[in-house]
Amino acid sequence: MSTTLTTPGAPPPKKVNHIGLEVLKYKGSKTTLCAGCGHNSISERIVECFYELGVQPWSVAKFSGIGCSSKSPAYFLGLSHGFNGVHGRMPAIATGALLANKNLLGIGITGDGDTASIGLGQFMHLVRRNLPMIYVIENNGVYGLTKGQFSATADLGSTLKTGTVNDLPPFDCCALALRWGATFVARSFSGDKRQLQAIIKTAIAHQGLSVIDVISPCVTFNDHQGSTKSYSYMKDHESMLHELDFVPFFEEISVDIPEGEVTDVQMHDGSHLRIRKLSRDYDPTDRLAALVVLEEAESKAEVLTGVLYVNPNKPTFLDHLNVTDEAVATLPESQTRPPKAVLDQVMEELR
Amino acid sequence: MSTLEVSPAESLPGQSDHAVINDFSIQVATVNGSGSQTANTVLMRSLFQMGIPVSGKNMFPSNIAGLPTWFTIRVSRHGYIGRRKEIDFLVAMNPETAREDVMHLDAGAAVVYDEPLKLNELRGDLHFYPVPFDKLTAPVCPEAKLRKLVRNMIYDGVVAQLLSIEMAEIHNALIKQFGKKKAKAAELNWGACQAGFDFAARTFTKSDPFRAERMDGNAGKIIVDGNAACALGCMFAGVTVVTWYPITPSSSLVESLIGYMRRFRHEPETGKATYAIVQAEDELASIGMALGAGWAGARSMTATAGPGISLMSEFIGLGYYAEIPTVVFNVERVGPSTGLPTRTQQGDLLSTAVLSHGDTKHPMFFPCSPEECFSMSIEAFDFAEKFQTPLFVMTDLDLGMNNWMAHPFAYPEKPIARGKVLSAEDLERLGGFARYKDVDGDGVGYRTLPGTNHPNAAYFTRGSGHNAKAQYTEREDDYINNMDRLAHKFEVMRQYVPEPEVRFADNARIGFVALGTSDYAVRESCDQLKAEYDIDASYLRLRAYPFTEHLLDFIRRHDRVYVVDQNRDGQLLGLMRLELEVELIAKLRSLRYYGGLPLDARTVTEEVIKQEGK
Repeated sequence: MSTTLTTPGAPPPKKVNHIGLEVLKYKGSKTTLCAGCGHNSISERIVECFYELGVQPWSVAKFSGIGCSSKSPAYFLGLSHGFNGVHGRMPAIATGALLANKNLLGIGITGDGDTASIGLGQFMHLVRRNLPMIYVIENNGVYGLTKGQFSATADLGSTLKTGTVNDLPPFDCCALALRWGATFVARSFSGDKRQLQAIIKTAIAHQGLSVIDVISPCVTFNDHQGSTKSYSYMKDHESMLHELDFVPFFEEISVDIPEGEVTDVQMHDGSHLRIRKLSRDYDPTDRLAALVVLEEAESKAEVLTGVLYVNPNKPTFLDHLNVTDEAVATLPESQTRPPKAVLDQVMEELR
Repeated sequence: MSTLEVSPAESLPGQSDHAVINDFSIQVATVNGSGSQTANTVLMRSLFQMGIPVSGKNMFPSNIAGLPTWFTIRVSRHGYIGRRKEIDFLVAMNPETAREDVMHLDAGAAVVYDEPLKLNELRGDLHFYPVPFDKLTAPVCPEAKLRKLVRNMIYDGVVAQLLSIEMAEIHNALIKQFGKKKAKAAELNWGACQAGFDFAARTFTKSDPFRAERMDGNAGKIIVDGNAACALGCMFAGVTVVTWYPITPSSSLVESLIGYMRRFRHEPETGKATYAIVQAEDELASIGMALGAGWAGARSMTATAGPGISLMSEFIGLGYYAEIPTVVFNVERVGPSTGLPTRTQQGDLLSTAVLSHGDTKHPMFFPCSPEECFSMSIEAFDFAEKFQTPLFVMTDLDLGMNNWMAHPFAYPEKPIARGKVLSAEDLERLGGFARYKDVDGDGVGYRTLPGTNHPNAAYFTRGSGHNAKAQYTEREDDYINNMDRLAHKFEVMRQYVPEPEVRFADNARIGFVALGTSDYAVRESCDQLKAEYDIDASYLRLRAYPFTEHLLDFIRRHDRVYVVDQNRDGQLLGLMRLELEVELIAKLRSLRYYGGLPLDARTVTEEVIKQEGK
């Protein structure tokens, strides 16, 4: 851990973000995942996005469950607290932490096994609560850490390396999130740097639950012919809803409108998600439309990527709880222990 | 109506010149969902207000309406408030159980019953008081649909008349029960009470010996259930995050807490809550949230019972290894599934002590009274944060859901202690920290909270595979070092857990070890053993696990020690066996009860006599 940050008179860093931190401050330890793993690209995007938006790393809390994906919080934001929980139950830990301190920026990293199988219940309740945090599903359709079993997002008819055919339909985590209450829902591909950056940045700006399902190929167990989560399958079947740009609140939004039809969605913090139309008309504030395009894409064996839905203004779970502005975790005794008169009053009532 | 049938032809045991004053038990047998709870509470409270030591036990089914339920009130001028097996005064309102209820009585008991049941035909050795409940109810309750509820208040009036319970206190108790807002309901019920009283006065000639008489045994005392007492303890402990999932018998703990927190834990200026209470989707989530909150610095808690404890097992292990403070209330009951979820038991001692996989062990506190529910709840939060570990407060259905007399709770004297947490200023001064390093020799490291405004605050939390700096490791030496430090931390806890309460009897060769609600039966049994068999028995009441030196000393000083368990397998004895030396284990005898009702003194006494070969 470096201490140069607060040392006065240190040589000026080469390049810093708008809160004066180098990109180094956003990195984590060296990855232990396989070379070429999609998860590593996602970690890199997270580092870039938090750096570029100038998020203070020690205001962030990282959460994960169990699996290859869940190891990755160690590989980014080394100056943030992190909690590697139990399998499928990261949402509970994140919920508790954010109840304790609502001013934390929570980011959870999970996988398709962690979310769509063992953790489906907790995922759905997190969605239902619209807890303000970023929830990234690193989706490769396979259990990597236990060496190559199908997960519940594996597509019907896709095969394992051994040739075993999956004969059950997949859960679409985006459809689940859309239907039951997440307020920012996106799908992306670990290999699409630009799109994933725009999506992660929007999630950072979003006040509410952001569910980001990222197709993130497993090079060891699910990158073969017959896989629908491989690099080559994505190359052939990805269909982009639109092109995305993110303009942070601290940058002026450009006046010269680029070519094509562009829509801006203003996020809660004043940032803008800039959406440029491609082949189809799509309104990402229309939840029903989102469900329809997902159905259509599935019937055409397309992997639809982009921002499926955004609702920047819906109150979150923490808003409903009406807790104090400061973190309840660290309120002083004067605010958490009622005075003796209260005990006396209650005792009198019980006499 | 004649008075003929109330007196049996022959003289009955107990029917003599001597009256039995303030030393008997009343059992009311009803159908659940009939509103009898109000009538029973009023009866109990009236006796309490007359200054007579009293206890009430509700034996109810896992059902909302229509199944048998019994409420037992014990009045004891000696202050015994444990369950008493023998029933002296039965109010038989449930046609389904009435015959069996009557057949179980000892000779000389009294029975108030619904006249059409003709229970007087069953036995000739009881005092029978038939009451035409329906006939009495109709005039005082014109609204037919309320009659089922009001009917029960009739027996309050009848019992008051027969037992000399002061009607003024019945009235006071009614007002207390209904509050000012429900004055109309109180009035309706008061009318029914009076009708019952008047009927009994003009109809019965009292033939049984039982009588209540005002005394001064309850000065200043309150009536409260253990769950509400725990809830108050949590509020005054400064709890900030409460996550829970409903389960009998723990639900009312959190529901009481919600009620108190809404009244007393909102900022007066803004109306904002200084806490968050969340009903989770299951116990897997409630404990996960409690741990997440504890990790982020909240005083967090959850409350559950055996089935929930089983579900929490995996997370509790993580809490143990990641060293996260949280307080879990385990209000024990019978289970699993459609077991006897509304019956009491101390059945989770062993499973909770070592809950989870791998090497785990957890501190447990064992309150036995509302006063201790309150004080130990407060102490529990300090302890969990001091030792950075999940802590279990073990109560049971009897303590949690029944009403108990108690001394008013003492306001906590010590300020809240949050344990070893480094602030941004501390980090600036120290330059950094190692999360799991044993700096002070007590096995407890220093932690930081997420959100601490300092670049050196962060560390990474995970299971058992970490070194002192919280870095991932699978090295043999790192793992062993960590495990040994955790074991050492547990040893240090022994110096800080609540000490047992010990009563040495002079010349005692035998002793009792018990905990929680077994206390009432054991204390009364000590007196029975002395009075009836001239046996002196010492008594050590455990108040916490891990055990302390007091327990070893107690066993050494006696020939035989009866370990009282409210479970089949002698779980407390088993827990002691894990730790004690062979020569001490050889002195232990197991005394077990596991029928689902609160333990009573007679059961204890009889078992000791049997095992002592007297």
